[in-house]
Amino acid sequence: MCLAVPGRVEEVWDADGTRMARVDFGGVHKEVCLAYVPEVEVGDYTIVHVGVALTRLDEAAARQTLALFDEVVPGDVVSGDLGSGDVGSGDVEAGDVVAADVVPEDGA
Amino acid sequence: MRYLDEFGDPVAAERLLADIRATATQRWSVMEVCGGQTHTIVRNGIDQLLDGQVRLVHGPGCPVCVTPLETIDRALAIAARPEVVFCSFGDMLRVPGTADDLVRIKARGGDVRVVYSPLDAVELAKRHPDREVVFLAIGFETTAPANAMAVRLAAQAGLDNFSVLVSQVLVPPAIEAIAASPGATVQGFLAAGHVCTVMGMAQYVPLVERFGMPIVVTGFEPLDVLEGIRRVVRQLEQGRAELDNAYPRAVSFAGNPAAQAAVAEVFEVCDRPWRGIGTIPSSGLRLAPAYARFDAEGRFDVGDITTEESPRCRSGEVLQGRISPLECEAFGTACTPATPLGAPMVSAEGACAAYHRFRRLDVPVTVRS
Repeated sequence: MCLAVPGRVEEVWDADGTRMARVDFGGVHKEVCLAYVPEVEVGDYTIVHVGVALTRLDEAAARQTLALFDEVVPGDVVSGDLGSGDVGSGDVEAGDVVAADVVPEDGA
Repeated sequence: MRYLDEFGDPVAAERLLADIRATATQRWSVMEVCGGQTHTIVRNGIDQLLDGQVRLVHGPGCPVCVTPLETIDRALAIAARPEVVFCSFGDMLRVPGTADDLVRIKARGGDVRVVYSPLDAVELAKRHPDREVVFLAIGFETTAPANAMAVRLAAQAGLDNFSVLVSQVLVPPAIEAIAASPGATVQGFLAAGHVCTVMGMAQYVPLVERFGMPIVVTGFEPLDVLEGIRRVVRQLEQGRAELDNAYPRAVSFAGNPAAQAAVAEVFEVCDRPWRGIGTIPSSGLRLAPAYARFDAEGRFDVGDITTEESPRCRSGEVLQGRISPLECEAFGTACTPATPLGAPMVSAEGACAAYHRFRRLDVPVTVRS
Protein backbone atom coordinates (compact mmCIF):
# COMPACT_ATOMS: atom_id res chain seq x y z
CA MET A 1 0.00 0.00 0.00
CA CYS A 2 2.74 2.36 0.89
CA LEU A 3 4.65 1.05 -2.10
CA ALA A 4 6.03 4.16 -3.71
CA VAL A 5 8.32 4.31 -6.69
CA PRO A 6 11.07 6.76 -7.66
CA GLY A 7 10.70 8.33 -11.09
CA ARG A 8 12.16 11.21 -13.10
CA VAL A 9 10.01 14.25 -13.90
CA GLU A 10 10.01 14.85 -17.66
CA GLU A 11 7.38 17.52 -18.20
CA VAL A 12 5.30 19.76 -15.95
CA TRP A 13 2.00 21.52 -16.70
CA ASP A 14 -0.98 23.11 -15.03
CA ALA A 15 -4.35 21.31 -15.20
CA ASP A 16 -7.12 23.59 -13.90
CA GLY A 17 -4.86 24.94 -11.17
CA THR A 18 -3.32 21.58 -10.22
CA ARG A 19 0.35 21.04 -10.99
CA MET A 20 0.77 17.82 -12.99
CA ALA A 21 3.75 16.04 -14.53
CA ARG A 22 4.76 13.23 -16.81
CA VAL A 23 7.09 10.96 -14.85
CA ASP A 24 9.39 8.28 -16.24
CA PHE A 25 9.57 5.13 -14.13
CA GLY A 26 12.36 3.24 -15.89
CA GLY A 27 10.63 3.46 -19.26
CA VAL A 28 7.03 3.46 -18.06
CA HIS A 29 5.52 6.93 -18.27
CA LYS A 30 2.64 8.07 -16.09
CA GLU A 31 0.79 11.25 -15.25
CA VAL A 32 1.47 12.31 -11.69
CA CYS A 33 0.05 15.05 -9.46
CA LEU A 34 2.74 17.47 -8.19
CA ALA A 35 0.44 19.56 -5.98
CA TYR A 36 2.29 18.59 -2.79
CA VAL A 37 5.84 19.08 -4.10
CA PRO A 38 6.06 22.66 -5.41
CA GLU A 39 9.87 22.43 -5.34
CA VAL A 40 10.05 19.58 -7.87
CA GLU A 41 11.23 20.59 -11.34
CA VAL A 42 11.86 18.83 -14.63
CA GLY A 43 14.84 16.49 -14.21
CA ASP A 44 14.26 15.86 -10.51
CA TYR A 45 13.52 12.42 -9.12
CA THR A 46 10.44 12.16 -6.97
CA ILE A 47 8.78 9.40 -4.98
CA VAL A 48 5.29 8.71 -6.30
CA HIS A 49 2.52 6.88 -4.48
CA VAL A 50 -0.83 6.11 -6.20
CA GLY A 51 -0.38 8.91 -8.71
CA VAL A 52 0.70 11.60 -6.27
CA ALA A 53 4.29 12.78 -5.75
CA LEU A 54 5.23 12.91 -2.06
CA THR A 55 8.83 14.05 -1.90
CA ARG A 56 11.80 15.18 -3.96
CA LEU A 57 14.63 12.68 -3.77
CA ASP A 58 17.80 14.30 -2.51
CA GLU A 59 20.76 13.12 -4.57
CA ALA A 60 23.39 14.38 -2.12
CA ALA A 61 21.71 12.50 0.74
CA ALA A 62 21.47 9.36 -1.41
CA ARG A 63 25.18 9.54 -2.27
CA GLN A 64 26.03 10.09 1.37
CA THR A 65 24.08 6.97 2.37
CA LEU A 66 25.81 4.91 -0.34
CA ALA A 67 29.20 6.26 0.77
CA LEU A 68 28.38 5.21 4.32
CA PHE A 69 27.76 1.65 3.12
CA ASP A 70 31.23 1.68 1.51
CA GLU A 71 32.85 2.89 4.71
CA VAL A 72 31.36 0.32 7.06
CA VAL A 73 34.04 -1.86 8.59
CA PRO A 74 32.12 -4.77 10.08
CA GLY A 75 32.22 -4.70 13.86
CA ASP A 76 34.17 -1.44 14.01
CA VAL A 77 32.34 0.85 16.39
CA VAL A 78 33.61 4.16 15.04
CA SER A 79 33.13 3.59 11.31
CA GLY A 80 29.84 1.81 11.91
CA ASP A 81 28.36 4.82 13.59
CA LEU A 82 29.23 7.26 10.84
CA GLY A 83 26.10 9.00 9.82
CA SER A 84 24.08 7.68 12.69
CA GLY A 85 22.85 10.47 14.87
CA ASP A 86 20.46 11.45 17.60
CA VAL A 87 17.43 13.20 16.26
CA GLY A 88 15.37 12.04 19.19
CA SER A 89 15.88 15.03 21.42
CA GLY A 90 12.75 17.08 21.84
CA ASP A 91 14.26 20.41 20.87
CA VAL A 92 14.88 19.57 17.23
CA GLU A 93 13.14 21.91 14.84
CA ALA A 94 12.12 21.30 11.27
CA GLY A 95 15.05 21.87 8.97
CA ASP A 96 17.64 21.64 11.73
CA VAL A 97 20.72 19.72 10.75
CA VAL A 98 20.74 17.35 13.69
CA ALA A 99 23.01 14.69 12.25
CA ALA A 100 25.26 14.18 9.29
CA ASP A 101 22.60 12.19 7.49
CA VAL A 102 19.56 14.39 7.91
CA VAL A 103 18.31 15.90 4.69
CA PRO A 104 19.33 19.51 4.15
CA GLU A 105 16.64 22.15 4.32
CA ASP A 106 15.90 22.19 0.62
CA GLY A 107 15.55 18.41 0.55
CA ALA A 108 11.93 18.36 1.75
CA MET B 1 21.47 7.73 -9.86
CA ARG B 2 18.21 5.84 -10.41
CA TYR B 3 17.52 5.37 -6.69
CA LEU B 4 16.80 1.64 -7.11
CA ASP B 5 19.63 -0.68 -8.22
CA GLU B 6 22.18 1.26 -6.18
CA PHE B 7 20.37 0.19 -3.02
CA GLY B 8 20.45 -3.52 -3.87
CA ASP B 9 24.19 -3.99 -4.28
CA PRO B 10 25.19 -7.46 -2.97
CA VAL B 11 28.73 -6.42 -1.97
CA ALA B 12 27.43 -3.67 0.29
CA ALA B 13 24.76 -6.06 1.56
CA GLU B 14 27.47 -8.51 2.69
CA ARG B 15 29.26 -5.69 4.50
CA LEU B 16 26.10 -4.54 6.34
CA LEU B 17 25.22 -8.14 7.22
CA ALA B 18 28.74 -8.74 8.51
CA ASP B 19 28.53 -5.63 10.66
CA ILE B 20 25.20 -6.68 12.18
CA ARG B 21 26.58 -10.16 12.87
CA ALA B 22 29.76 -8.72 14.42
CA THR B 23 27.83 -6.25 16.55
CA ALA B 24 24.98 -8.35 17.92
CA THR B 25 25.81 -10.13 21.16
CA GLN B 26 22.26 -11.47 21.55
CA ARG B 27 19.22 -12.08 19.38
CA TRP B 28 17.23 -8.82 19.29
CA SER B 29 13.53 -8.55 18.37
CA VAL B 30 12.92 -5.82 15.83
CA MET B 31 9.57 -5.04 14.23
CA GLU B 32 9.30 -3.76 10.70
CA VAL B 33 5.94 -2.05 10.81
CA CYS B 34 5.34 -1.80 7.08
CA GLY B 35 4.18 -4.71 4.94
CA GLY B 36 6.27 -3.40 2.04
CA GLN B 37 9.36 -3.92 4.15
CA THR B 38 8.09 -7.37 5.17
CA HIS B 39 8.08 -8.30 1.49
CA THR B 40 11.62 -6.92 0.97
CA ILE B 41 12.77 -8.95 3.98
CA VAL B 42 11.12 -12.23 2.97
CA ARG B 43 11.84 -11.90 -0.75
CA ASN B 44 15.55 -11.36 -0.08
CA GLY B 45 15.76 -13.79 2.84
CA ILE B 46 17.03 -11.05 5.17
CA ASP B 47 15.32 -12.68 8.15
CA GLN B 48 17.10 -15.97 7.38
CA LEU B 49 20.46 -14.29 6.77
CA LEU B 50 20.24 -12.70 10.22
CA ASP B 51 18.51 -15.56 11.97
CA GLY B 52 21.01 -15.74 14.83
CA GLN B 53 21.17 -12.01 15.49
CA VAL B 54 17.72 -10.55 14.87
CA ARG B 55 14.20 -11.85 15.14
CA LEU B 56 12.27 -9.80 12.62
CA VAL B 57 8.69 -9.38 13.77
CA HIS B 58 6.24 -8.43 11.04
CA GLY B 59 3.95 -5.55 11.95
CA PRO B 60 0.43 -4.41 11.05
CA GLY B 61 1.49 -2.03 8.26
CA CYS B 62 -0.81 -3.45 5.62
CA PRO B 63 -3.87 -1.25 5.12
CA VAL B 64 -5.68 -3.91 3.14
CA CYS B 65 -5.19 -6.36 6.02
CA VAL B 66 -6.44 -4.07 8.78
CA THR B 67 -9.49 -2.69 6.97
CA PRO B 68 -12.38 -3.83 9.18
CA LEU B 69 -14.63 -6.64 8.00
CA GLU B 70 -17.61 -4.28 8.41
CA THR B 71 -16.06 -1.90 5.90
CA ILE B 72 -15.42 -4.74 3.43
CA ASP B 73 -19.01 -5.95 3.76
CA ARG B 74 -20.27 -2.40 3.31
CA ALA B 75 -18.07 -2.03 0.22
CA LEU B 76 -19.51 -5.25 -1.19
CA ALA B 77 -23.10 -4.06 -0.58
CA ILE B 78 -22.39 -0.74 -2.31
CA ALA B 79 -20.51 -2.34 -5.20
CA ALA B 80 -23.49 -4.64 -5.90
CA ARG B 81 -25.83 -1.70 -6.51
CA PRO B 82 -26.72 -1.19 -10.19
CA GLU B 83 -26.10 2.58 -10.25
CA VAL B 84 -22.59 2.29 -8.77
CA VAL B 85 -19.15 2.22 -10.37
CA PHE B 86 -17.03 0.86 -7.53
CA CYS B 87 -13.33 1.77 -7.70
CA SER B 88 -10.59 0.19 -5.62
CA PHE B 89 -6.89 -0.53 -5.49
CA GLY B 90 -6.25 -3.96 -6.99
CA ASP B 91 -5.25 -5.94 -3.93
CA MET B 92 -8.55 -5.18 -2.20
CA LEU B 93 -10.47 -7.26 -4.75
CA ARG B 94 -9.69 -10.69 -3.32
CA VAL B 95 -10.03 -9.72 0.34
CA PRO B 96 -12.69 -11.96 1.87
CA GLY B 97 -15.74 -10.32 3.36
CA THR B 98 -18.18 -12.34 5.43
CA ALA B 99 -19.69 -14.11 2.42
CA ASP B 100 -18.18 -12.56 -0.69
CA ASP B 101 -15.39 -10.52 -2.24
CA LEU B 102 -15.26 -7.80 -4.89
CA VAL B 103 -14.16 -10.21 -7.61
CA ARG B 104 -17.33 -12.25 -7.15
CA ILE B 105 -19.47 -9.09 -7.14
CA LYS B 106 -17.84 -8.18 -10.45
CA ALA B 107 -18.42 -11.68 -11.82
CA ARG B 108 -22.11 -11.30 -11.04
CA GLY B 109 -22.29 -8.09 -13.05
CA GLY B 110 -21.22 -5.43 -10.56
CA ASP B 111 -19.25 -2.55 -12.09
CA VAL B 112 -16.05 -2.97 -10.06
CA ARG B 113 -12.94 -1.27 -11.44
CA VAL B 114 -9.32 -1.35 -10.38
CA VAL B 115 -7.75 2.10 -10.39
CA TYR B 116 -4.09 3.05 -10.02
CA SER B 117 -4.90 6.33 -8.27
CA PRO B 118 -7.87 7.85 -6.43
CA LEU B 119 -7.58 10.67 -8.96
CA ASP B 120 -8.59 8.16 -11.67
CA ALA B 121 -11.87 7.59 -9.81
CA VAL B 122 -12.54 11.35 -9.88
CA GLU B 123 -11.98 11.33 -13.65
CA LEU B 124 -14.46 8.45 -13.99
CA ALA B 125 -17.05 10.47 -12.04
CA LYS B 126 -16.54 13.40 -14.41
CA ARG B 127 -16.96 11.15 -17.46
CA HIS B 128 -20.04 9.33 -16.12
CA PRO B 129 -22.30 11.97 -14.56
CA ASP B 130 -25.21 9.50 -14.66
CA ARG B 131 -23.42 6.94 -12.45
CA GLU B 132 -22.42 6.98 -8.77
CA VAL B 133 -18.66 6.56 -8.56
CA VAL B 134 -17.43 5.26 -5.19
CA PHE B 135 -13.77 4.94 -4.22
CA LEU B 136 -12.64 2.63 -1.42
CA ALA B 137 -10.24 5.04 0.31
CA ILE B 138 -7.98 2.83 2.38
CA GLY B 139 -4.43 3.52 3.44
CA PHE B 140 -1.94 4.84 5.94
CA GLU B 141 -0.50 8.36 6.09
CA THR B 142 1.24 7.73 2.76
CA THR B 143 -2.07 7.37 0.93
CA ALA B 144 -4.06 9.99 2.85
CA PRO B 145 -2.74 12.93 0.76
CA ALA B 146 -3.83 11.24 -2.48
CA ASN B 147 -7.26 10.44 -1.05
CA ALA B 148 -7.54 14.02 0.25
CA MET B 149 -6.60 15.31 -3.21
CA ALA B 150 -9.34 13.22 -4.82
CA VAL B 151 -11.99 14.64 -2.47
CA ARG B 152 -10.67 18.18 -2.96
CA LEU B 153 -10.74 17.85 -6.76
CA ALA B 154 -14.27 16.41 -6.63
CA ALA B 155 -15.37 19.39 -4.52
CA GLN B 156 -13.62 21.80 -6.87
CA ALA B 157 -15.35 20.24 -9.89
CA GLY B 158 -18.72 20.34 -8.10
CA LEU B 159 -19.20 16.58 -8.51
CA ASP B 160 -22.25 15.20 -6.73
CA ASN B 161 -21.81 11.65 -8.04
CA PHE B 162 -18.47 10.92 -6.32
CA SER B 163 -18.01 9.54 -2.82
CA VAL B 164 -15.42 7.70 -0.75
CA LEU B 165 -15.72 4.79 1.67
CA VAL B 166 -12.96 5.71 4.12
CA SER B 167 -10.74 3.32 6.05
CA GLN B 168 -7.69 5.49 6.73
CA VAL B 169 -5.38 4.44 9.56
CA LEU B 170 -2.36 5.97 11.30
CA VAL B 171 0.96 4.31 12.15
CA PRO B 172 2.15 5.93 15.43
CA PRO B 173 -0.96 4.90 17.45
CA ALA B 174 -0.45 1.32 16.22
CA ILE B 175 3.21 1.34 17.29
CA GLU B 176 2.10 2.70 20.64
CA ALA B 177 -0.53 -0.04 21.02
CA ILE B 178 2.01 -2.76 20.18
CA ALA B 179 4.74 -1.36 22.45
CA ALA B 180 2.28 -0.90 25.34
CA SER B 181 0.57 -4.29 25.01
CA PRO B 182 1.19 -6.74 27.86
CA GLY B 183 3.89 -9.24 27.01
CA ALA B 184 5.32 -7.07 24.24
CA THR B 185 8.58 -8.57 23.02
CA VAL B 186 9.62 -6.03 20.40
CA GLN B 187 12.78 -4.10 21.36
CA GLY B 188 13.09 -1.69 18.46
CA PHE B 189 11.15 -0.49 15.43
CA LEU B 190 11.85 0.18 11.78
CA ALA B 191 9.50 3.09 11.01
CA ALA B 192 7.97 2.99 7.53
CA GLY B 193 9.87 5.47 5.38
CA HIS B 194 7.06 6.43 3.03
CA VAL B 195 4.70 7.27 5.90
CA CYS B 196 7.47 9.62 7.09
CA THR B 197 7.83 11.33 3.69
CA VAL B 198 4.41 12.77 4.51
CA MET B 199 4.34 13.02 8.30
CA GLY B 200 8.01 13.58 9.05
CA MET B 201 9.50 12.23 12.27
CA ALA B 202 8.15 14.42 15.08
CA GLN B 203 5.39 11.97 16.09
CA TYR B 204 8.00 9.34 16.96
CA VAL B 205 9.87 11.51 19.47
CA PRO B 206 7.39 10.87 22.35
CA LEU B 207 7.26 7.14 21.52
CA VAL B 208 11.05 6.80 21.75
CA GLU B 209 11.01 8.63 25.07
CA ARG B 210 8.04 6.76 26.54
CA PHE B 211 9.08 3.24 25.61
CA GLY B 212 12.86 3.68 25.61
CA MET B 213 13.14 1.92 22.26
CA PRO B 214 15.11 2.81 19.14
CA ILE B 215 12.99 3.85 16.17
CA VAL B 216 14.80 4.11 12.84
CA VAL B 217 13.09 5.56 9.77
CA THR B 218 13.84 3.01 7.06
CA GLY B 219 13.47 2.73 3.28
CA PHE B 220 12.36 -0.19 1.17
CA GLU B 221 15.25 -1.43 -0.96
CA PRO B 222 17.32 -4.33 0.44
CA LEU B 223 20.22 -2.11 1.58
CA ASP B 224 17.78 0.35 3.14
CA VAL B 225 16.22 -2.39 5.24
CA LEU B 226 19.62 -3.80 6.23
CA GLU B 227 20.82 -0.34 7.24
CA GLY B 228 17.68 0.24 9.32
CA ILE B 229 18.24 -3.07 11.12
CA ARG B 230 21.94 -2.30 11.57
CA ARG B 231 21.22 1.04 13.21
CA VAL B 232 18.59 -0.44 15.55
CA VAL B 233 20.99 -3.24 16.57
CA ARG B 234 23.84 -0.78 17.20
CA GLN B 235 21.60 1.32 19.43
CA LEU B 236 20.38 -1.73 21.34
CA GLU B 237 23.93 -3.00 21.84
CA GLN B 238 25.03 0.40 23.12
CA GLY B 239 22.00 0.80 25.38
CA ARG B 240 20.73 3.79 23.41
CA ALA B 241 17.12 4.59 22.44
CA GLU B 242 17.02 7.26 19.78
CA LEU B 243 15.08 8.37 16.77
CA ASP B 244 17.24 8.03 13.68
CA ASN B 245 16.76 8.49 9.94
CA ALA B 246 18.26 5.83 7.65
CA TYR B 247 16.24 7.10 4.66
CA PRO B 248 17.41 10.72 4.40
CA ARG B 249 17.17 10.87 0.60
CA ALA B 250 13.37 10.80 0.93
CA VAL B 251 12.51 11.78 4.51
CA SER B 252 13.04 15.07 6.31
CA PHE B 253 12.25 15.70 9.96
CA ALA B 254 9.35 17.98 9.01
CA GLY B 255 7.86 15.74 6.32
CA ASN B 256 5.70 17.28 3.61
CA PRO B 257 3.81 20.33 4.98
CA ALA B 258 1.59 20.76 1.90
CA ALA B 259 0.43 17.14 2.10
CA GLN B 260 -0.11 17.41 5.87
CA ALA B 261 -2.23 20.55 5.37
CA ALA B 262 -4.43 18.86 2.75
CA VAL B 263 -4.99 15.83 4.99
CA ALA B 264 -5.86 18.10 7.95
CA GLU B 265 -8.32 20.03 5.78
CA VAL B 266 -10.18 17.02 4.36
CA PHE B 267 -9.99 14.55 7.25
CA GLU B 268 -10.21 14.52 11.04
CA VAL B 269 -8.73 12.04 13.50
CA CYS B 270 -11.07 9.39 14.93
CA ASP B 271 -10.97 6.06 16.74
CA ARG B 272 -10.71 3.19 14.24
CA PRO B 273 -11.21 -0.54 14.46
CA TRP B 274 -8.33 -2.53 12.94
CA ARG B 275 -9.26 -5.91 11.51
CA GLY B 276 -7.89 -8.67 13.72
CA ILE B 277 -6.63 -6.20 16.33
CA GLY B 278 -9.61 -4.20 17.61
CA THR B 279 -10.26 -0.51 18.08
CA ILE B 280 -7.22 1.71 18.63
CA PRO B 281 -7.98 5.21 19.98
CA SER B 282 -7.24 8.13 17.63
CA SER B 283 -5.78 5.74 15.06
CA GLY B 284 -7.81 6.65 12.00
CA LEU B 285 -9.13 9.41 9.80
CA ARG B 286 -12.67 10.21 8.69
CA LEU B 287 -13.97 12.98 6.48
CA ALA B 288 -14.12 16.37 8.19
CA PRO B 289 -17.60 17.97 8.44
CA ALA B 290 -16.88 20.30 5.50
CA TYR B 291 -16.41 17.24 3.24
CA ALA B 292 -18.92 14.86 4.89
CA ARG B 293 -21.15 15.01 1.80
CA PHE B 294 -18.57 12.82 0.04
CA ASP B 295 -18.97 10.02 2.59
CA ALA B 296 -20.28 6.88 0.86
CA GLU B 297 -21.49 5.47 4.18
CA GLY B 298 -23.92 8.37 4.52
CA ARG B 299 -24.92 8.32 0.86
CA PHE B 300 -25.83 4.64 0.54
CA ASP B 301 -28.10 2.92 2.98
CA VAL B 302 -26.47 -0.48 3.04
CA GLY B 303 -28.69 -1.78 5.82
CA ASP B 304 -27.67 -3.79 8.81
CA ILE B 305 -24.35 -5.50 8.36
CA THR B 306 -23.70 -8.68 10.29
CA THR B 307 -20.12 -9.80 10.02
CA GLU B 308 -18.47 -13.08 10.77
CA GLU B 309 -14.74 -13.78 10.71
CA SER B 310 -13.42 -17.20 9.78
CA PRO B 311 -12.72 -18.96 13.09
CA ARG B 312 -9.66 -20.61 11.50
CA CYS B 313 -7.93 -17.37 10.48
CA ARG B 314 -5.24 -16.16 12.92
CA SER B 315 -4.44 -12.96 11.02
CA GLY B 316 -4.95 -10.82 14.13
CA GLU B 317 -2.03 -12.58 15.82
CA VAL B 318 0.05 -12.35 12.65
CA LEU B 319 -0.65 -8.61 12.33
CA GLN B 320 0.44 -7.97 15.91
CA GLY B 321 3.62 -9.96 15.46
CA ARG B 322 2.52 -12.61 17.98
CA ILE B 323 2.89 -15.52 15.58
CA SER B 324 4.62 -16.06 12.27
CA PRO B 325 2.36 -17.07 9.36
CA LEU B 326 4.00 -20.51 9.49
CA GLU B 327 2.51 -21.06 12.96
CA CYS B 328 -1.05 -20.83 11.61
CA GLU B 329 -2.53 -24.28 11.02
CA ALA B 330 -4.47 -23.06 7.98
CA PHE B 331 -1.40 -21.54 6.23
CA GLY B 332 -0.86 -23.10 2.82
CA THR B 333 -3.60 -25.68 3.35
CA ALA B 334 -7.07 -24.27 4.03
CA CYS B 335 -5.76 -20.75 3.41
CA THR B 336 -3.96 -20.01 0.12
CA PRO B 337 -3.99 -17.03 -2.25
CA ALA B 338 -6.71 -18.83 -4.25
CA THR B 339 -8.79 -19.64 -1.14
CA PRO B 340 -7.92 -16.95 1.42
CA LEU B 341 -9.39 -17.03 4.90
CA GLY B 342 -7.96 -13.62 5.77
CA ALA B 343 -6.66 -10.47 4.10
CA PRO B 344 -2.91 -10.98 4.81
CA MET B 345 -2.94 -13.92 2.36
CA VAL B 346 -4.05 -11.76 -0.59
CA SER B 347 -2.65 -8.30 0.05
CA ALA B 348 0.55 -7.30 -1.77
CA GLU B 349 1.83 -6.36 1.68
CA GLY B 350 0.39 -9.18 3.74
CA ALA B 351 2.87 -11.26 5.73
CA CYS B 352 1.05 -14.49 4.86
CA ALA B 353 1.19 -13.61 1.16
CA ALA B 354 4.94 -12.96 1.44
CA TYR B 355 5.59 -16.31 3.11
CA HIS B 356 3.42 -18.12 0.60
CA ARG B 357 4.84 -16.42 -2.46
CA PHE B 358 8.50 -16.73 -1.53
CA ARG B 359 7.88 -20.26 -0.38
CA ARG B 360 10.18 -21.10 2.44
CA LEU B 361 12.33 -24.12 1.69
CA ASP B 362 14.71 -25.77 4.04
CA VAL B 363 17.90 -24.62 2.30
CA PRO B 364 20.73 -22.38 3.51
CA VAL B 365 20.59 -18.80 2.27
CA THR B 366 23.52 -16.74 1.00
CA VAL B 367 23.78 -13.40 -0.75
CA ARG B 368 23.89 -13.94 -4.50
CA SER B 369 26.17 -11.68 -6.50
